[in-house]
Amino acid sequence: MLKRTCALFVVVTFVAICVSLSITEAAKSRRENQAAGLAAWDKVYSVLTSPRCINCHTATNYPQQGDDRHRHFANVIRGPEGKGVAGLNCVSCHQERNADSTGVPGGHNWHLAPLSMQWQDLNDRPLSSSAICRAITDRSRNNNMDSAALLKHHTEEQLVLWAWNPGRHPDGSLRTLPPMSHEEFVTATRTWVEAGTPCPKGR
Amino acid sequence: MATFRLNVNGSQKTVDVDPSTPLLWVLREELKLTGTKYGCGISACGACTVHVGGIATRSCVVPVELVGERPIVTIEAIGNDPVGRAVQNAWIEKDVVQCGYCQSGQIMSAVALLKDTKKPTDKNIEESMGGNLCRCATYVRIREAIKRASQQLG
Repeated sequence: MLKRTCALFVVVTFVAICVSLSITEAAKSRRENQAAGLAAWDKVYSVLTSPRCINCHTATNYPQQGDDRHRHFANVIRGPEGKGVAGLNCVSCHQERNADSTGVPGGHNWHLAPLSMQWQDLNDRPLSSSAICRAITDRSRNNNMDSAALLKHHTEEQLVLWAWNPGRHPDGSLRTLPPMSHEEFVTATRTWVEAGTPCPKGR
Repeated sequence: MATFRLNVNGSQKTVDVDPSTPLLWVLREELKLTGTKYGCGISACGACTVHVGGIATRSCVVPVELVGERPIVTIEAIGNDPVGRAVQNAWIEKDVVQCGYCQSGQIMSAVALLKDTKKPTDKNIEESMGGNLCRCATYVRIREAIKRASQQLG
């Protein structure tokens, strides 16, 4: 009887140790995954807040332009759908592709991001990493995109792709690009998505 | 150089120009439609406004190669349109014009506004016409004329 009890004890102890180790390993893996996801998000954030992206994610009634993110000239305003107003639409100047001879950037369906996707405050300061992360993962604000749709958006959307082909200024010089290649941006987004779209803590 | 077939004021026109040539210069130099004016050349003043595919468009910054098959309407033909005719009548009635240089662009933008918004408010007018500058400062009469045209159109 004693022998059987001892054997049972050994087995139970062994199983408990295995389960404990497994849980520890899983927790460690989750932590590493989370850390990798957050590191990838940092890269994504650096692109989203670069002028080629954030200039059209304003909180105000106007888009911005230039690397200094100044207010768009010619009294251009947002309009009810982010496409300007009749008589002064975005497409009054911005055509289906860049017009390098006149220095006007272009792409399909040129428009401002909706106010729900504002990545700046009313003083034109970029929002924090955590605030933008929360915004773009909130399906009530991001046009109901789940994480797969976010990845697709970053991979294929025409105006996203434009950021890496932004054309020339009127003086012929090239517009600056986001801080990494589009391929790196997509890879970072994928890593972030696969980690469960973690967001940094904070406001 | 390349050949482009353009639909201008309801007629097919063929031009042989550099693809990067702004539409403004194709209209003025190739087609001799000089009612559309060159103001700033950077889409900041609105003097060059024409309609492309029904959208008020700054012709000074749109290369002809990007126009495609979209119909172009200029100040020379806007009077054939009921809204265009009403706007031109209101412009005359309210004696809007001073030097006149910017007015073809003003009218083209006003027509685009009234086609979109039948009864524009002062705010609508200020926003839609905000990209059309007038050094004679005829803005008050422009606003009156847009409202008058709106009344006439019912």
